[in-house]
Amino acid sequence: MEFLLSSAIGLLTAGGVYLILRARTYPVVLGLSLLSYATNLFLFATGRLVLDQPPVISTLATGYTDPLPQALVLTAIVISFGMTAVIVVMALRSYLENGSDHVDAPAPDEALP
Amino acid sequence: MVSSPPLPYRCNLEPPDREPMSLALIVMLPFLGAILPALMIRAGRNACATSTFTVTLLAFLLLMTHAPTVLRGEIVHARWEWVPQLGLNVNFFLDGLGFFFAGLILGIGLLIITYARFYLAKEDPMGSFYSYLLLFQGAMVGIVLSDNILLLLVFWELTSLSSFLLIGYWKHLPEGRQGARMALTITGAGGLSMIAGMLILGDIAGSYDLSVILQHKEAIQASPLYLPALILILGGCFTKSAQFPFHFWLPHAMAAPTPVSAYLHSATMVKAGLFLMARLWPVLASTDEWFYLVATTGLITMLIGAWIALFKDDLKGLLAFSTVSHLGLITFLLGLGSPMAAVAAVFHILNHATFKAALFMNAGIVDHETGTRDINKLGGLMALMPISGTLAMIAAASMAGVPLLNGFLSKEMMLEEAAHTAWLGNDWIVPALATLAACFSVAYSFRYIVHVYFGKPAGETPRHPHDPPFGMWGPPTLLVVLVVLIGLFPATIAGPLLATVASAVIGGPLPDYHLAIWHGLTPALGMSAVAVVVGLSLLMAYTRVRRGWAAGPHPEAKAIFQGTLAAAVRLAQIITHGLHNGSLQRHLAFTVGAAVVLGFVAFATATHAPGTRPLLPATPVAVIVWLLLVGATLAVVLLHRQRLTALIAVGVIGMVVSLSFVYLSAPDLALTQISVEVVTVILILLALNFLPKATPNESSTSRRLRDGLIATLAGLGVGGATWAMTTRPGETLSGYYLEQSLPGGGGTNVVNVILVDFRGFDTFGEIIVLGIAALIIYALLDGATRGAVGRKLAAWQPDQQRAADRHPLMMVVATRVMLPLALLVGAFIFLRGHNVPGGGFIAGLIVAIALIMQYMASGYSWAAQRMKVDYHALIGSGVLIAAATGAVSWLTDHPFLTSAFGHFHLPLIGEFELASAMAFDTGVFLTVIGATMLALANLSRIGCLAETLPLQEAAMEPDLRRTHPAPGEH
Repeated sequence: MEFLLSSAIGLLTAGGVYLILRARTYPVVLGLSLLSYATNLFLFATGRLVLDQPPVISTLATGYTDPLPQALVLTAIVISFGMTAVIVVMALRSYLENGSDHVDAPAPDEALP
Repeated sequence: MVSSPPLPYRCNLEPPDREPMSLALIVMLPFLGAILPALMIRAGRNACATSTFTVTLLAFLLLMTHAPTVLRGEIVHARWEWVPQLGLNVNFFLDGLGFFFAGLILGIGLLIITYARFYLAKEDPMGSFYSYLLLFQGAMVGIVLSDNILLLLVFWELTSLSSFLLIGYWKHLPEGRQGARMALTITGAGGLSMIAGMLILGDIAGSYDLSVILQHKEAIQASPLYLPALILILGGCFTKSAQFPFHFWLPHAMAAPTPVSAYLHSATMVKAGLFLMARLWPVLASTDEWFYLVATTGLITMLIGAWIALFKDDLKGLLAFSTVSHLGLITFLLGLGSPMAAVAAVFHILNHATFKAALFMNAGIVDHETGTRDINKLGGLMALMPISGTLAMIAAASMAGVPLLNGFLSKEMMLEEAAHTAWLGNDWIVPALATLAACFSVAYSFRYIVHVYFGKPAGETPRHPHDPPFGMWGPPTLLVVLVVLIGLFPATIAGPLLATVASAVIGGPLPDYHLAIWHGLTPALGMSAVAVVVGLSLLMAYTRVRRGWAAGPHPEAKAIFQGTLAAAVRLAQIITHGLHNGSLQRHLAFTVGAAVVLGFVAFATATHAPGTRPLLPATPVAVIVWLLLVGATLAVVLLHRQRLTALIAVGVIGMVVSLSFVYLSAPDLALTQISVEVVTVILILLALNFLPKATPNESSTSRRLRDGLIATLAGLGVGGATWAMTTRPGETLSGYYLEQSLPGGGGTNVVNVILVDFRGFDTFGEIIVLGIAALIIYALLDGATRGAVGRKLAAWQPDQQRAADRHPLMMVVATRVMLPLALLVGAFIFLRGHNVPGGGFIAGLIVAIALIMQYMASGYSWAAQRMKVDYHALIGSGVLIAAATGAVSWLTDHPFLTSAFGHFHLPLIGEFELASAMAFDTGVFLTVIGATMLALANLSRIGCLAETLPLQEAAMEPDLRRTHPAPGEH
């Protein structure tokens, strides 16, 4: 299980890094999403992997997993949504302004359709 | 050789605190008063100058009330704690040395303020001049009265900054700006060096309080860090006091108005370095390192400064280099490390301040009256300006060391000390160089008199000179009177003060010395005589000497400095532009690449052993889900050019992540992830409506290989780190949260209790960030509806086939039926959040999804008409509710966000619980809804704008859209 999670996090990171190095805004947005997944999963994994022991106090529970990383990741998910939203909208505005969705500058021969 | 027995510092640990407040007031008055001239200038120049004068006078009088105490040898202390954790306290103390310097700063300050009133021209902004001057004065007084070296450093930097303002006062002159910048660069760099040195010193002594440090001489000098600390501290002192090779900023600072030069560059700021060397003399001096570093630097500076001064044609340039030379003289004396030399150093500080300030003011008078400071254009002024000429003669003669004037006395003492000093076993080199410097000193001093006031006029000066108003010659007269009085009756006039100050510097019994004009036929007298004879002969043969000097090399310090600076800037540009030339791709590649390299370096230098934590088995379901994730990730990467396909694959990844959270005991995270997923996909879809639907293939193969390599390494690193971490056991502080969740927070869902209670302040910050993000989105999108972009949008032609059935009946009906249900689910999730998975974040997202579904199904116009909620207000009220919940706990004297809960009973409903955290969670809930909706609704609005449609009265009306809507029709 640990290997599956580790390799998944590694793969998501690699994919995310590759995409944020692309020249257009859209792949960069997707890349950031992948990196957010990877980061959130990594933070979550700092509490180690535990099955069937949710951190909800109960007389029936046999034990609890670490709640702190979960609380951190919960807000991180929401914040990364906010970040993604800002970047998407920036990409959109930049495209509308420049007529190009290149990350640096408008390509000269492209115009808004 | 340096030899001085270790002297016990007078024991003065806890003297009675006498009027401590007035001590702080002396320092604070100039700072507080700095606002006055800026305001009073509206009432006229006299009011402005008078207010400044009054402020300084008050501070001076306050200082004088302490005079009897200090002259008795007692020390006044005043202490306040500022940041005690750092050892940074507002501690002041007033002993002889501090009193002496504060007296110089404030006393000469009074003269300068008077003088400047008449010096400054009508067009000069006098208000800011006096404000800067007072700021500078406060900083200087702060330095000399600080008992805490960290506090001293603060004031030290303040003098650099305020002197920058003063030197650059004539902003329109490039020399002024360049001089100010050079001074700031040099003294600022020295200040940094000194901070490091002081921190080391404080660390060795175990305290940042000077009065403690001064008692740890043995510990400090025995420490292996003594030499580094010494060099770093001297770096600060030498730059501030313009010692070779940092001397060159001082002459360039002469671009300042003359009152500034007279004040900063003769009497006060440049003495700050000397002050500090004197202050730390008891603990740093009398070692070989100190002798060779300080005395040698001082001697070289004294010699070079005097030599250059001889050939300066600018009056202020001549005086500037002479100041450099005299600063070198004092440094040399302090460097000798013997108590007798320290007495001489203190005496010369006093004498130099009097005659040099008078001379600077004199140079200002000449400049003011004739319109030039060029010696070649001056001459024979004695007949035209007898008062100024007489003053200049006496002051310059004192500078030359003519008997019966104060400069003679301290210079004799210096020569006497030099005569007994051996350097590396060599007996004659120090006396010889000191005598040579004295020769040059005589020569340039008399040049000032002879070439300016005697001889025949060199030609017409720009203005016709005559003696200035009393306001300008009065202050130097006062100083010249002092020069003469101290020269004639040294023991009577300066004796008591000198004894107090010198014993404060030495920190022990005073050596046996006599302040007298006649000491008999000493070696010093002989050296003085040689100096006068040689100096006068140099002046006689000035034309020839000058020719010889002109033939030699003249390294221009300013050019060297600017060259060095330009080279540093070029280097920085090469590095910065190499890393970051405006291309996001390059910048990110370097950032990620650097992180990868650092990570692998850390990995390679660590020890490697497999983890010991027992692993969880990989179930077949887990493997299938993993395969799904791998497939989806590869799809995103490989198919990212087909944007819609890639988005779907991202959605799949989000689902897998949610599932993993469910599986790995994190129900709250699963709920959050899945709702965020929905919102994100909707958001990106709305944006994709406008963006190109495919990415062109434009990266070269090598670029893709490079990026692929970076990405693979990053992935391997992060994956490996996760593996290493998850296979090792780890302890966190979560035990506390698990134990306290129910008794302390009143909830069984520990994650939610952490969010809204234990770590509520973090959450408070998060919702503010979320609100800000939503407002940024609003600003970006609202701006897009206007101007050129707005016109583009209005003329938008969709690049995809539109569905004929724009608002499918089934979907409209389903979403409207679902709306109450979805809202109910939201409320339910919200209410139960404290005890079982749920809470404000998740509930907010669910409600937002329910609302946005209406926009999707029935169109923006229809939904916007019916949604009467202002999302901005929703965000604001959410944050305010959370803040108010936190603030309520102040009413009961608890810290911000202290929570409370209780159990209540209502008929029919039964037992239920209310927690203040619930109100906080409401704030979270509202902010999340507001932020999400503000972003999505505004994106929909853009879409609506682009697809110019007539407003639909009813949602289920048949679609009226035409294939090519006319622009502007709405």
